[in-house]
Amino acid sequence: MKALLIAESRQGELLPGSYETLAFANQLGAETAMFLVGSEDALPQFDGSLYWADAAEAGEYNPEEHVRLLLEVVAKENPQLIVLSHSSYGWDLAPRLALALQAGQISEVIGVKDDAMVVPACNSKLQRVVKTQGGVTVVTLQSGAFNLVGEPAGTPTVEKLSAQAAAKVEFIGYEEAEEGGVDLSKAEVIVSAGRGIGKPENLAMVDALAKALGGEYGASRPVVDSGWAEHTRQVGSTGQTVAPKLYVACGISGAIQHLTGMKKSEFIVAINTDRDAPIGEVADVLVVADLKQFLPALTARLEG
Amino acid sequence: MKILVCIKQVPDMESRFKLNAKGTWYNDQDLAWRMNEYDEFAVEQAIQLREQLGEAEVVVLSVGPDRVKEAMKKALAMGADRGVHIQDEASYEKDPFQIASAIAAYAGDQSFDAIFTGMQSQDRGSAQVGVLLAGMLGLPAVTTIVSFEFDNGTATVRRELEGGLKAQVKLAFPALLTCQLGLNTPRYPTLPNIMKSKKKELVSIPVADLLKVEAVTVTDTIRFPEKKGGGLVLEGDIAEITEQLVSILKEKTTVLK
Repeated sequence: MKALLIAESRQGELLPGSYETLAFANQLGAETAMFLVGSEDALPQFDGSLYWADAAEAGEYNPEEHVRLLLEVVAKENPQLIVLSHSSYGWDLAPRLALALQAGQISEVIGVKDDAMVVPACNSKLQRVVKTQGGVTVVTLQSGAFNLVGEPAGTPTVEKLSAQAAAKVEFIGYEEAEEGGVDLSKAEVIVSAGRGIGKPENLAMVDALAKALGGEYGASRPVVDSGWAEHTRQVGSTGQTVAPKLYVACGISGAIQHLTGMKKSEFIVAINTDRDAPIGEVADVLVVADLKQFLPALTARLEG
Repeated sequence: MKILVCIKQVPDMESRFKLNAKGTWYNDQDLAWRMNEYDEFAVEQAIQLREQLGEAEVVVLSVGPDRVKEAMKKALAMGADRGVHIQDEASYEKDPFQIASAIAAYAGDQSFDAIFTGMQSQDRGSAQVGVLLAGMLGLPAVTTIVSFEFDNGTATVRRELEGGLKAQVKLAFPALLTCQLGLNTPRYPTLPNIMKSKKKELVSIPVADLLKVEAVTVTDTIRFPEKKGGGLVLEGDIAEITEQLVSILKEKTTVLK
């Protein structure tokens, strides 16, 4: 089997998810070729063919041109499998490519089962085992689901693709995350509030516990989106990635976007009324209780 | 301007799921249903655009069994002008390619100037239907938008990337946009608007009239994840579990002095 791996570049840097596509292909024992629109200074390290277009010509975000280039490569390489990250780049590009190839796409793969792929459903409470009806299969991989053994190594044989910048969607520029505010990465203890806190007034209980533990409070995306906490306190794939000594998740269901940002914490306590919540999968201790009762009790006990 | 917004009805994610008899999807009995969260932002953005333009119509569309009309009624109560229901008792067996094909078959000759969808559904999470639909209709698409401004036929939007980074992009309409959480603040339907919405048009079209293609992917089985089972579960009397947790933290971490 041959797999075409689509690497990813942002602001001239190769993104680490690129190597996860390689790890996935290695697990399948597939032959590989790689495709990258990126910077010449940041090419992936691996032994094999790399089809490379200069991001200065093609644009890092220019999906129509990326699809056009990919169709050239697919015609040459005839892969059975095309692999992307399930990232803002991958989930944007993959369906365009699948449609152009009349191929089936399987999104956010977390595992392989025989000739089928395993993907999460319903906030990871369920898993689907999915396959395509034959022909080329396009897959996107959940971030962190496949990891390379050892450091990336090797030197690719580069074939340069010539690209055009013309695009229906005009890329204007990147905007960095807002600066300032609290630096959660320095906190030894983080107590985070999720949607389960119910209303903004209850954030005070989370903050009180954080203070009693000598830490900072964080928040999940819905809490930040609701304007209850500032974005600099957001933990997850679109916020900060943290690994404190203790992480306490209060009323956080455990969507993968959140887990990505905190699962490397040394010790994880989850407090939730839903004992099936996916946060339980990464928690060392799951407290099944009402936050409004448990948080003040724990805070009082620690202060007492 | 004609604006289409595509929504899905999904179960509450706090539900305790059971599997259906075939083992291919969740059992849809005894679930609380709601509008897919991402789609609430799509509906709100469509209505805001109409409010900005004055002259515009917002059509809300959903594929599924009759119960999905409940989610559509919410969109109508939020302010959408009329509804198109693609009636399909077995929509859960369709893959994203088929769902997009059915919507494209309806939308193909309707000349929509703008289409909004959620970036993904909460239950299946494929994040494909919007982009496929745009491709089938020959429209440019931008996914995962967290801001939207429209001026003189051109939209300027921010795409959300990873780690807090955003990309600003610009595109001329007609176009399709998939909406990320936090794009706007979806309004709550007011009682007068709920009353008004009951008189709004909501037509059903059988899916067989629109869908002429086979699936490109198929679900073999659905299952519960294996529990890794490492975690300890504390439950019961609050004072007792507080003591238990404090002893565990003393033993396993260095944060309690």
